[in-house]
Amino acid sequence: MNTTPTTLSSGNTTLRARRARIARQRAGIGHFFGLLIVFLSSVFPFYWMVTTSLKHQADALAYPPRWIFTPTLDHYVDALFQHDVAGSLINSLIIASSTTVLAILLGTPAAYALARYEFRGKEDLWFWFISNRMVSPVVLAVPFFLIATKLDLVDTHIVLILLYLTFSLPIVVWICTDQFRNIPVELDEAARLDGASPWRVFWRINLPLAMPGIVVSAIFAFIFSWNDLLYALVLTRSDAITSPVAATSYMSGYELPWGEIMATGTLIVLPMVVFALLVSGRLVQGLTMGAVK
Amino acid sequence: MKTSVPGTAAARARPRAASVRRLWLRSPAFWFLFPAIFALAAIGVYPLLVALYNSFHQYKLADVGSGTPFVGFDNYVATLTDPSFWQALGRTVLFLCLTLPIEVGIGLFAALMLHRSGLAWMRAAARVSLVIPMATTYAVVGLIGRLIFNRQFGVANYLLSFFGVAPLDWLADPTLAYVSVMIMDIWQWAPFCALIFLAGLAMVPKEAEEAARLETPRWTMILWHLQRPYLLPGLTAIMILRSADMLKMFDAVFTMTRGGPGSATEFISVYIQRIGFRLFDQGMASAQAMLLLILTIVLSRLYIRFVYREAA
Repeated sequence: MNTTPTTLSSGNTTLRARRARIARQRAGIGHFFGLLIVFLSSVFPFYWMVTTSLKHQADALAYPPRWIFTPTLDHYVDALFQHDVAGSLINSLIIASSTTVLAILLGTPAAYALARYEFRGKEDLWFWFISNRMVSPVVLAVPFFLIATKLDLVDTHIVLILLYLTFSLPIVVWICTDQFRNIPVELDEAARLDGASPWRVFWRINLPLAMPGIVVSAIFAFIFSWNDLLYALVLTRSDAITSPVAATSYMSGYELPWGEIMATGTLIVLPMVVFALLVSGRLVQGLTMGAVK
Repeated sequence: MKTSVPGTAAARARPRAASVRRLWLRSPAFWFLFPAIFALAAIGVYPLLVALYNSFHQYKLADVGSGTPFVGFDNYVATLTDPSFWQALGRTVLFLCLTLPIEVGIGLFAALMLHRSGLAWMRAAARVSLVIPMATTYAVVGLIGRLIFNRQFGVANYLLSFFGVAPLDWLADPTLAYVSVMIMDIWQWAPFCALIFLAGLAMVPKEAEEAARLETPRWTMILWHLQRPYLLPGLTAIMILRSADMLKMFDAVFTMTRGGPGSATEFISVYIQRIGFRLFDQGMASAQAMLLLILTIVLSRLYIRFVYREAA
């Protein structure tokens, strides 16, 4: 790039340098628009849901769509209290947090055993835990409905809490097994030499150290339980309906209350987006069962 | 996988002590595992056995008076000779074949954009934005779809009007309804592909990549010769997981089209749900669920074989 006075070659290099710079700039502009498209297309449907929930019905149904409007919170009030979305959100909260706690209580010792102990059939057991992720909810929903009817558990919290263990427990096991493997085994050995029981070694030494992984798996378990529709649709009627079921219940009638529907959607999705952002670094790990990190 | 477990090396070094210790250790491992195994067996396996039993019986909830007689393989034969079952399965497979390449393509494009150096602030914003579709409750995805693809005021028709396209009745036309479900699925899952590919791209050694960039300005060359091997394991995972997810696909379709118009978007899970809970034929639905389970087991075996064994 130095402007040496030698004639031909310098002219060539500056020309080439300029060409390269133009190419770089062009690539930079392409990069800019590429990223802009990625951003806008990911955000747009979500943005549209939130803004529709804040529009008066006349603005929501206007064509062409209105981008600027006077916002209102009326739809949230109506959805929460007239349509009793508030009650369904509480149901969802009770069910998702109970199943998460249960999954942690049952899953962390199992994950610890899979990470630390050697025994026959261990690999098969681990794969069995993983296979549960693949099972279609409808496969379990069909027989579970009959079982729940027989036990008189339809439309109760407990039946969904138990059913959601089919995916929350495996996710806790596969994320936490990874976490326990990363804790140096020497810590266990030292504690055993000091006479600590296996349970104490697990409870006092490994569990606190595995906390980051446990929290991540808890968030995943919560998100998946919160998001389910099929099981809740089949197994609840009125008392225990979860918020996704409440969101689908607007679908009768001719004129749909779009503001309320989108307000309900926003109330359901917003906490999940916050949670997912908290674990965004490990989203892929959670969704691929730890196969891709 | 076996070799990565800590403690095995120590156990090999002291065989006698280890065998004594293993005997002693066997019980704590068992007690650590027992509650989880018991719970998962009770809620995940027992219902499958019930379904297996029901699949060999006539079990109509609308007609309990006639009891639940044993019918052998009748439910299976009826399912396998029922064209609507095969149509639902075919629709699901077609959906997979159409959406997966698009999701992989868009995901790869987004991953390459996010991987490129420069524009750090925008890359961070785009990366965060990818989380939103993935976190959106499936049922709500369907509701958003209904809003966006509404014939009268939907924003999809509005955007198309700039290209001179007359308003389309998306959700009333069989083909367009299918396409609109595809678009919502792509919106939700292309980010998943992008994040998996991004993780793969991050594994490429920095020096090799810089050297390659000096060598050639063509990103396609770098992609094919340098980055491809790092992307393939992720691609395998995507293909198998998305196949399993398509068999599960219910929530978004249910809220968006209910399988309609007609049965244009009635995918396999929606179909089984209709047989079991809207036609109340539990025996038939159980047989179909068992067939679906077999497909699922095959897929999860493939996943374990190709994704875990390779990673381990």
